[in-house]
Amino acid sequence: MAKYALSINGKTMSVEADADTPLLWVLRDNLNLVGTKFGCGIAQCGACTVHLNGEAIRSCVLPISAVGTGKVLTIEGLSEKGNHPLQKAWEELDVSQCGYCQAGQIMAASALLKSNPKPTDQQIDESITNICRCGTQVRIRKAIHLAAKQSKSN
Amino acid sequence: MKSINSRRDFLKVSAISGGGILFGMVLPQVKSNATPTAAADFMPNIYIKIKPDGSIILLAPNPEIGQGVKTSLPMIIAEELGLDWKKIQVEFAPLDVRYGRQAAGGSGSIRGRFAELRKMGAAAREMFVNAAAQTWNVPAESCTVEDGMVIHTSSGKKLSFGELSTKAASMEVPANPTLKDPKDFKYIGSRMTDVDAHLITTGKPLFGIDTRRDGMLYAMVARSPAYGKTLQSVDDSAARKVNGVKNVIQLQNSVAVLATSTWAAKKGREALIIQWKASEKLENSSEHFAGFKEILEKGPSARGRNDGDIDSVKQQASKNLDVYYEVPTLSHGQMEPLNYFADVQEGKVELFGPTQVPDQLRNDVAQKLGISKDIITVGLPRQGGGFGRKLMTDNGVEAALISAAAKSPVQVQWTREDDMQNDFYRPAEMYRYQAALSSNELLAWHQSAVGIGRGIRGDSYVAGALSNYRSDSQGFTSNTPTGWWRAPGACTMAFVAESFFDEVCSELKKDPVAYRLDFFKKAKEAPIGRLGYDPAKYQAVVELVAKMSNWGTTPPGVYRGFATWFSFGSYAAQVVEVRLEAGKPRVSKVFCAVHCGRVINLSGAENQIQGAIVDGINHSMFPKVTFVDGAVQETNFNSYRFLRMENAPLDIEVKFVESDEAPTGLGEPALPPVAAAVGNAIFAATGKRLRKLPFVEQLG
Repeated sequence: MAKYALSINGKTMSVEADADTPLLWVLRDNLNLVGTKFGCGIAQCGACTVHLNGEAIRSCVLPISAVGTGKVLTIEGLSEKGNHPLQKAWEELDVSQCGYCQAGQIMAASALLKSNPKPTDQQIDESITNICRCGTQVRIRKAIHLAAKQSKSN
Repeated sequence: MKSINSRRDFLKVSAISGGGILFGMVLPQVKSNATPTAAADFMPNIYIKIKPDGSIILLAPNPEIGQGVKTSLPMIIAEELGLDWKKIQVEFAPLDVRYGRQAAGGSGSIRGRFAELRKMGAAAREMFVNAAAQTWNVPAESCTVEDGMVIHTSSGKKLSFGELSTKAASMEVPANPTLKDPKDFKYIGSRMTDVDAHLITTGKPLFGIDTRRDGMLYAMVARSPAYGKTLQSVDDSAARKVNGVKNVIQLQNSVAVLATSTWAAKKGREALIIQWKASEKLENSSEHFAGFKEILEKGPSARGRNDGDIDSVKQQASKNLDVYYEVPTLSHGQMEPLNYFADVQEGKVELFGPTQVPDQLRNDVAQKLGISKDIITVGLPRQGGGFGRKLMTDNGVEAALISAAAKSPVQVQWTREDDMQNDFYRPAEMYRYQAALSSNELLAWHQSAVGIGRGIRGDSYVAGALSNYRSDSQGFTSNTPTGWWRAPGACTMAFVAESFFDEVCSELKKDPVAYRLDFFKKAKEAPIGRLGYDPAKYQAVVELVAKMSNWGTTPPGVYRGFATWFSFGSYAAQVVEVRLEAGKPRVSKVFCAVHCGRVINLSGAENQIQGAIVDGINHSMFPKVTFVDGAVQETNFNSYRFLRMENAPLDIEVKFVESDEAPTGLGEPALPPVAAAVGNAIFAATGKRLRKLPFVEQLG
């Protein structure tokens, strides 16, 4: 066990964990930030997507010892009032079915919109590689376009 | 408290502490209907709770696995009761015999509860109206209800349900409340966002995996690595030394490691040294398919439907088709890996976690632990998908056994690999389809099916419209477990029957839409034997989807496939459009028409249809499970491939046939036709007939 001072959602949080513990389990088990989900453990499904220094990463394969002073953003910190344009678009278009993968989808989409505020369908195809078993992809795509439109007009 | 009318036929009132009343369905096995509730809550019935501050909570009785019933079931109550939807909250109902069938399966939640919930809402509404009428000393008929208020129309006086609750509690429960005229429906048929949408988008704890309790340990379980292997010996000395590991529990055929975190439990499990021995045959998928072929060549043993005389028609036909189709074993792959929380104490057991059948789970735990089910409470979280996996109770029973042995509250977490190797799979199947054709007509249809488990029985819709029809089947014994998988039976037979019908159309140079309509006409006018479907409804969805897609005028560069199927009381017809991207087909657009009776939540209903279509595209294209020596080869999403955004259609257009009939199934019926519609579109694009799932392996 070692001590780590992590920067999560703008706050410094200290945890004690084995060096090889993935960030996912530190978030969920040590810090009770359970919005980040476990789906595969091998960076395939994207349910565990968070931002590290503004980029979408899969927290299930990132050991805590590799996080260092990097700024971690989770779904809980995406917006103060749960009103990020993507969160609003997701609700407006009633995207979710079971809802389990959606936090990861939103984190992947928010990283995309940061680097590309108005993505095309093809760019969405290329950058949103998360799995949704319920089949909400059509609505996810529409919600990303809607959020892009609304962010622009803000 | 006022005396209670004993003549009511389905509602029952009983006194409870604090002045509230409660009624539920009369069920003979219920001795007392009294339900303890917070002293000041008023429950007009088991679905509606009114807090002292006037806030209203509706109780959703069935598990939510993504099919939307936590939203749509309360919508029915809110409609009849006359509530302001924006002001209500929804909670899961506790497991209680008075709620009847509290399960998610067979597309049955709305079908089974529509009439009941309307009556419950209407009865409560009448109680509030009567309470207000008495207060104002006016006739009940002079009052109306809107947004949780009773309004005296002529004077404009208003009282809220909250203000009326004490008085309403003393009202007689109406036995036959007057239901709303459907033309006045405000919520039923409208678009409502999922009640948990904001909690989902903000990452709040909602799921079984998010369960946390004081003193809880996290567990991982080492289970058999292959079907046919059992536990021989365990050396847990290294596991016990892993940092955070608190306990190791040996069960009958598995070993659980309990720790202070999920990661420590996983590392502890990795440190176990276990010897497994082969105690049964270790099976291979290749042997399954070879066995199927042998049976189909001989002819399966069980005769199903047998209309006319297919053998003599085959001999006289100008052409006979004889082809084999196969579908692989599939895993459920729900996004939330299985987990379960159990706290087994002396005289008190708490169970909490994902299940589609909480009542069955409670019975199974009671039986396994040898305890009374009366001491067991079962709580339901929202669930990260079901697809039939959680109709089996193994995850909950296992957690209870571990908690009982460890004497500790425990959260058992499965990895994706655990889920893949320990599933109750959609069985692998093989079909032989034979047809006898004249120069311009289908004369006979012969379906033979074999699959792991009991085998597939059922008829495709040409039965009832064709003079010569036969279906045979046979089960195949295997120690690989099978279970229910979304739209069981229909999900594979529709692929085969609808693909083969397209082959027949192609041979006869018939338009597949027009030729199907011919068969529905025959079935309507002169049915042959039993009709297992309503040809008029089939016709309605086929005509609607043809109109939606402007069938017959395909845009350039687009190839189309068509299929339709009836299941779980509902009809779905689909046109799938495929484009070739670098020579490879991609589904670009899908049109779907559905007849499911009255639609409750239009947004949720469309979401189910769109989701079922993406699910169908996914499972027609990508994944399969292969057994080698009893072990699943596809252990995670790197090899058990799932569709991504780049494989999803850009648009799915859904329309419902307008209907005043009671709702029929919705969570499953749009899935079955998809694989055939995709395969038929690929045939149109490439000239290649794909008779085996998944398609991607055959596309080069």
